[in-house]
Amino acid sequence: MGAKEENGDGGGIWPPIEQEISNELDTNVKKYLRGEGANLEILKDKKLKGQLALREELYGKSAKAAAKVEKWLMPSEGGYLEAEGVEKTWRIKQEAIAREVDILSSRNQYDIVLPELGPYTLDFTSSGRYMAAAGRKGHIAVVDMKNMNLIKEIQVRETVRDVVFLHNELFFAAAQKKYPYIYNRDGTELHCLKASLLEHGAVLKLQFLRNHFLLASINKFGQLRYQDVTMGEIVGNFRTGLGRTDVMRVNPFNGVVSLGHSGGTVTMWTPTTAAPLIKMLCHQGPVSALAFHPNGHLMATSGKECKIKIWDLRKYEVLQTLPGHAKTLDFSQKGLLAVGTGSFVQILGDFSGSHNYSRYMGHSMVKGYQIGKVSFRPYEDVLGIGHSMGWSSILVPGSGEPNFDSWVANPFETSKQRREKEVRSLLDKLPPETIMLNPSKIGTVREAKKKEKPTKQEREAEMEAAVEAVKGFVWKNKTKGRNKPSKKAKKKQELVAKAKRPFLDQQLKGEQSLSKKKQKLSEELELPASLQRFARKKPTA
Amino acid sequence: MKVKVISRSTDEFTRERSQDLQRVYHNYDPNLRPQEKAVEYVRALTAAKLEKIFARPFIGALDGHRDGISCMAKNPNYLKGFFSGSMDGDIRLWDIANRRTVCQYSGHQGAVRGLTVSTDGRILVSCGTDCTVKLWNVPVATLTDSDDSTDNSSEPLAVYVWKNSFWAVDHQWEGDLFATAGAQVDIWNHNRSQPINSFQWGTDTVISVRFNPAEPNVLATTASDRSITLYDLRMSSPARKVIMRTKSNSISWNPMEPMNFTAANEDCNCYSYDSRKLDEAKCVHMGHESAVMDIDYSPTGREFVTGSYDRTIRIFQYNGGRSREIYHTKRMQRVFCVKFSCDASYVISGSDDTNLRLWKAKASEQLGVLHPREQRKHAYHEAVKNRYKHLPEIKRIVRHRHLPKPIYKAASLRRTMMEAERRKAERRKAHSAPGSIVTEPVRKRRIIKEVE
Repeated sequence: MGAKEENGDGGGIWPPIEQEISNELDTNVKKYLRGEGANLEILKDKKLKGQLALREELYGKSAKAAAKVEKWLMPSEGGYLEAEGVEKTWRIKQEAIAREVDILSSRNQYDIVLPELGPYTLDFTSSGRYMAAAGRKGHIAVVDMKNMNLIKEIQVRETVRDVVFLHNELFFAAAQKKYPYIYNRDGTELHCLKASLLEHGAVLKLQFLRNHFLLASINKFGQLRYQDVTMGEIVGNFRTGLGRTDVMRVNPFNGVVSLGHSGGTVTMWTPTTAAPLIKMLCHQGPVSALAFHPNGHLMATSGKECKIKIWDLRKYEVLQTLPGHAKTLDFSQKGLLAVGTGSFVQILGDFSGSHNYSRYMGHSMVKGYQIGKVSFRPYEDVLGIGHSMGWSSILVPGSGEPNFDSWVANPFETSKQRREKEVRSLLDKLPPETIMLNPSKIGTVREAKKKEKPTKQEREAEMEAAVEAVKGFVWKNKTKGRNKPSKKAKKKQELVAKAKRPFLDQQLKGEQSLSKKKQKLSEELELPASLQRFARKKPTA
Repeated sequence: MKVKVISRSTDEFTRERSQDLQRVYHNYDPNLRPQEKAVEYVRALTAAKLEKIFARPFIGALDGHRDGISCMAKNPNYLKGFFSGSMDGDIRLWDIANRRTVCQYSGHQGAVRGLTVSTDGRILVSCGTDCTVKLWNVPVATLTDSDDSTDNSSEPLAVYVWKNSFWAVDHQWEGDLFATAGAQVDIWNHNRSQPINSFQWGTDTVISVRFNPAEPNVLATTASDRSITLYDLRMSSPARKVIMRTKSNSISWNPMEPMNFTAANEDCNCYSYDSRKLDEAKCVHMGHESAVMDIDYSPTGREFVTGSYDRTIRIFQYNGGRSREIYHTKRMQRVFCVKFSCDASYVISGSDDTNLRLWKAKASEQLGVLHPREQRKHAYHEAVKNRYKHLPEIKRIVRHRHLPKPIYKAASLRRTMMEAERRKAERRKAHSAPGSIVTEPVRKRRIIKEVE
């Protein structure tokens, strides 16, 4: 007995550090389990139940192994910025940060001033190694961000509105005056995407869906077009009918393209449906920017009516409304939100873990610079800012994912690895049909649609609520003998009866149909099986 | 102020020397891999298609016989050794790896009907329509490897002449008895010129015989009176018998579950029985379009191969109602005998067109020594295919088999007939007094009675 108790004590009280570690592992395991396990209790098939239980156990084991890998085997740790004493993190200047960090990181703080060629826009490759920058007046540059090498710089001599990398750094697409073009790293024009359509307006914004190899574009007439960059075919071409917009983002979680419109609505599109899947009214004024959290559950929108809203995409509800204007928004890999407006960038962070964004950092550029685009560099604590006088880069500690996966996006990729990866990603190219709001639905069974009939209790409660609502009706005082108490009472009775009527009607209908069914059933039961088809024709006596 | 930012030095993350391997870093965070389920599905689809592309089961034909192959035997002690007997009395020993005849025996006068090898692999027993049982010496394994001249002069060790012609022979798994089937079942010893025991139940010819792999004294036979009979050598008379509507051509015991056996029936189906419970088949294996001529279990006991008069070979799961695989070639005629190889990875068939044919048991399996990375890749493909096997697109690709036109037509005709029969039965039932017609399950329908 005594030994048992001792054992129990030994298991129960852990040293505090171990306790902490086990708690951390538990939360990590939850992440890797990717949702709840199946409910096996309702299964009647014992064999299936056994097989599934075994499968669930395997999932649990692999999640635990992955959590342990994350805990112990990751080579680097994430960045952070902590204030001490009366300091506030949002008052810390970039110069102060530069003094504290190593030389290699402080090199990531710079301003490139290119005043002639107009507001710049940026795009990073998925590994964060390369950046494409495009000036409005036709200047396109590809930069290796690791050693700050300019790889190629071209002047296309016409308006460039947007630039986006395709699946790797070898190819990028630029939205120019009339058509979008695809260039390779050497600046050679490979394709001019003159879509074979009658009405082609100039493309305003481009987005690339990496898993599907689709280039999504929105043009001046609000036409959303999906083009497969491997085979060149146009997968989808939809008229949004909601006017001109240049607010377009891809939700990285499911590949759904979202557009923000001047009416304040945000629409979500897939290449397989001609109408938007979701159309939500987000703002009173025009939508000026959009961004998605990498886990796909959060969306940030900003409206011209000076509001920034954080949305929960599982419920389509506002989580938080922040005051402020934003020309551009971007979420980092770790969930920081960069808001760029005028010549000021603010970084918001969610530190409570309850989707409550509060200010984390701020950075003001030189007065007069107009920020056009902010973009976090993946796998680095760096924010790229494209503005009217060139582009800049600032340090945002804690924004990037510290550990990369060589098979997903490798900042130190060799050309051989890049070639290998290109082939693999082409083999795994997803068909456009796999873009859906919940991508984990693939391979699951659609639940049988149940006609939801309210129970008797529910119906009664509903009726009672309706009656109560009517009883609370305030009688307006009237004149000329129409304000008699008897009249009041009568009116009230009428109102109650009126409120009750639809419920009673429904009930009556239900009873009638039930009795009819019963009658039919009994009729059919009397006949032998072979004669049942004559049952209807029998005259009812 | 405390601050830290991510800083990766190039030296740490790249290799030092060009001979080094590139280091691979992993981060299993689900956020880094969006749409992983869709990717997995696409991989499963690719795997299913690749399986179809690489499905080339036919390895080669072994020619040499001058008449249709009537029977085959595998050497339990030597993986490459296979014996075959033909309708003209010729018996050959084949080296499957090199696909050539190692030894040609003088054989029988008429057709060779049965071949079997003793457990130690030294003695081959053959029987034929010339009413003789012959015992042959099997060349030692080492010799078959080295010399390339075929030994034509091998004479039988013993010749036993008996009253009736023989239909089949099978050797005990452990022990030195063998049983022949003909007018009756005879049990022989290697050293005696007359059977030591004979069993008879009814007057009809016994057409196949197989010993139980676990219980050396139990054997099962099928006879032309449509019966499957179980014998026990320790008893003086046969033990049990089940009579079906059509006769069974061959029978095979499951080596891993030795109480179960499967019978290849004339009615295009195979019936798996539990030998303790013969009133109902455990499973009916459908698919062939004509009489099933021969059946052999894989040594793993998880699947078996059947050869049929419809010129195809099928592989079934031991509990699967439909075939997993269908093999056919243009030149292959009626298949009379099939065998699984002792390592469960090859199937050998002997047919009317005088050839033995060698097939892979898994049509798309990669032969030869696999690199561990290749093995892992195959395992991954198998796993994703298995995970998404219920999705319509993958199911369609995995299930599809190209069939020769006559067989395809026969199958659709048969399906129509079955459907019509089913409809008729349904109507008959609907128009009869309730309870007067009882639908029997397919597992029982073809069984007439069980006799103790």
